[in-house]
Amino acid sequence: MIKVDHGTPLLEVRGATKAFAGVQALKGVDLSVRAGEVHCVLGQNGAGKSTLIKILSGVYVPDEGEFSWLGEKVTIAGPTEALGMGIATMYQELDVVDGLTIAENIFLGHELAVAGYLKAGEANRRTRELLKRLGHGDLSPSTEVGSLSPANKQIVSMARALSRDIKLIIMDEPSAVLDSEEVKNLFRVVEDLTREGIAVVYISHRLAEIREIGDRITVIKDGRSMAGGLDVETTSTPELIKLMTGRDIANVFPPATPIPDDAPEVLTVTDLAVKKVFAPLSFSVRAGEIVGLAGLVGSGRSEILEAIYGALRSSGTVEVGGRAVRSNSVPAAVASGIGLSPEERKSQGLLLEEPIYRNVTLSSFARFATFGWLQERQERNTSRTQLEALELRPADPDRAAGLLSGGNQQKVMLARWLVHGTKVLLLDEPTRGVDVGARADIYGLIRELAAAGTAIVVVSSEIEEVLGLADRVLVIAEGEVLTNVKSSEIDESGVLDLVMKGSAA
Amino acid sequence: MSEQTTPPAEVSLHPATAAPQNPVIAAIRRFLASSAGRNIGLIVALVILLIIGAATAGDRFTSFQNVLSILRLASITGVISIGMTFVIIAGGIDLSVGSVLGLSSVVATMSMVQMAATAWWPLMIIVAVAVGALAGAVNGVIIAYGNVVAFMATLAMLLAARGLAEIISNRTTQVVNVRGFLEFSRGDAFGVPNLIWIFVAVAIAGWILLNRTTFGRRTVAIGGNREAARLAGINVKRHMVYVYVLAGVTSGIAAVMILGRTTSGTSTHGTLYELDAIAAVVVGGTLLVGGRGSIVGTVLGILIFNVLINIFTQNNLNTSVQAITKGAIIVAAVLIQQRFASRGARSHT
Repeated sequence: MIKVDHGTPLLEVRGATKAFAGVQALKGVDLSVRAGEVHCVLGQNGAGKSTLIKILSGVYVPDEGEFSWLGEKVTIAGPTEALGMGIATMYQELDVVDGLTIAENIFLGHELAVAGYLKAGEANRRTRELLKRLGHGDLSPSTEVGSLSPANKQIVSMARALSRDIKLIIMDEPSAVLDSEEVKNLFRVVEDLTREGIAVVYISHRLAEIREIGDRITVIKDGRSMAGGLDVETTSTPELIKLMTGRDIANVFPPATPIPDDAPEVLTVTDLAVKKVFAPLSFSVRAGEIVGLAGLVGSGRSEILEAIYGALRSSGTVEVGGRAVRSNSVPAAVASGIGLSPEERKSQGLLLEEPIYRNVTLSSFARFATFGWLQERQERNTSRTQLEALELRPADPDRAAGLLSGGNQQKVMLARWLVHGTKVLLLDEPTRGVDVGARADIYGLIRELAAAGTAIVVVSSEIEEVLGLADRVLVIAEGEVLTNVKSSEIDESGVLDLVMKGSAA
Repeated sequence: MSEQTTPPAEVSLHPATAAPQNPVIAAIRRFLASSAGRNIGLIVALVILLIIGAATAGDRFTSFQNVLSILRLASITGVISIGMTFVIIAGGIDLSVGSVLGLSSVVATMSMVQMAATAWWPLMIIVAVAVGALAGAVNGVIIAYGNVVAFMATLAMLLAARGLAEIISNRTTQVVNVRGFLEFSRGDAFGVPNLIWIFVAVAIAGWILLNRTTFGRRTVAIGGNREAARLAGINVKRHMVYVYVLAGVTSGIAAVMILGRTTSGTSTHGTLYELDAIAAVVVGGTLLVGGRGSIVGTVLGILIFNVLINIFTQNNLNTSVQAITKGAIIVAAVLIQQRFASRGARSHT
């Protein structure tokens, strides 16, 4: 990577603070970004990363703090001013308009027009150039954005940033919606940008990514910058984790407990198939065993879980403890002891405005009722006990679920199935949106559940997570199971090789 | 969800965050955003209206007879509004409640039915409620299993039920002549008409159903996050059918009430009641997108509208101004709710 160093920092922030209704989100953050560098901002959920981004992009006005841009003191008064200065932001929740075309999205807010009459041809031509620059010449400017994958929506979001004359681009967890192949393309684009002297502020949970792409790191904890401008090459991972969490993390993945030879098969999947998504596949999971499904986004791995759960129309049979589960019915799957923690907890798992206890008992509240009459006191007590067991703090069953962090929301999902009493637990991306400190907690809980005899199937886009957590791994590409091995017998590059070959075939 | 707004919109959503926060004002805001607080706002509005009524119309307004006449008028749309509250909380809408009421009133007063009912008058009630339930079931099945948008499915039912009522009644007014039924529906207990007692009973039953039973829990869960409810093992489609059946049942009960009040069944009964019901539900604090709502709020919403109508009538003001005022109240109520909803329990970081 070619480093462009102009000596004076491009953006300099000193002592930025911001409070919301009495809650101090930022208590003093320093940030110094040089032209042409990838500056990573690292921090747990709630550390204040999002607030910092929104201050830099002009969405929030800071309470205090000095800002200088190209050596001159400035105030970032609003989003328009930030864009005018040359600061563009790619938000985590993709802020594209589904009903408009790619070109219309890119020039939204600064349309190419003569006296209000849109120059569509010109916009399409420039959009094509931008997409080519981002390595996506295959996308047509007149495609409606709603029909694009999340990865391609992100490309549109990036093209929109580049359609303006920018010097700094802020990327808020851009890899969260991408799989490894798409992340590679993203990194290539980031390298191109920095070569042109554009600075990138890169927000991510994933240390491995930061190692690969970052130049310097600023760590934020509890609204304060703990360390600024750390060199990516020379700062060790334990050091970073300690700065982020304030504690040491010896081993993220808990040791696997050996499965007794006589452990019964709990989940048996035979010739399960979903048309056009995945071919008939068979596998089984024994009591206490964790099976991981590894594969790219679109390989059909999430759909396999949904099909087992009856949420996706499929053929084939699913048995729990030797008894067939009525197919294509979620209530039947739940009744026979299968639980699913879906990929998108917020949109598929939780009632965000409802209190925690109602989320915990969502699959089992009928059991807390006599002739349809709910016993809310019992629901609350059962939830509280379960939350305490999962070390969710505060174990207050009346808080709204939407106020919880990603890790705690995952704990609520686990609590739901523990209260219901499941024999088979299907976990889709169990640590998406969960920060590093809380991940170890979640891994530990999953392992404990297995040790208690639950059969667990885990899907994750992070191969490291699948290998670290699972006893056995199924590698999937293009809807076919390529291999079914013990996780100790394969490593990350082995999985990737299989996946690449499988997709190429 | 509303959280996923674009950044500039979010700025305008939280104008107060830039200004220093007064803890007292913040506490008042939090209270008003809570469910009890939202109802307090409605109670205050109602009290203000009552004061205006007493001040402008004096004894004519405050007399016991006038209070009863307000409540009697409120009762029929009130019962429909209770059913509508469930539909809207579940994330649906039912435009057919008014015309289903008309159809129920016509079927229950068919000469055949009335003849049978002379032997046992509650039969008329059973017929009216059954017609409502059946229409609701048709709505529910078309919406849940046919995947037809609720707005369109119930709009179709609005037209079809009205048409069917016209055919059955031959566009005539069918007079009720079952004595036992009239004695019940026009009677009173403790000096208060039975119509009002029916409304009170339906409202209490609705409150219990929503807040204390698995049925209510499922309704709120489905409206709050349909996909999460489905993946938690709730049979969403079947439950939606039940919710529309419930709305139909309340239309049937309202038909019984209107038969008592007018002593006749006709296909024009209940015209535009759906709009009064939706307005009362929304003014009462139930979110049109579903997931949150309150029976108490709906009852207060109904009372606010009916007191308003009464004030206008008592003061001989024209009905056009009355309609404009109703419109303004709806907009004001929704604006206020949006303000509080965006400032409620959300945290920033």
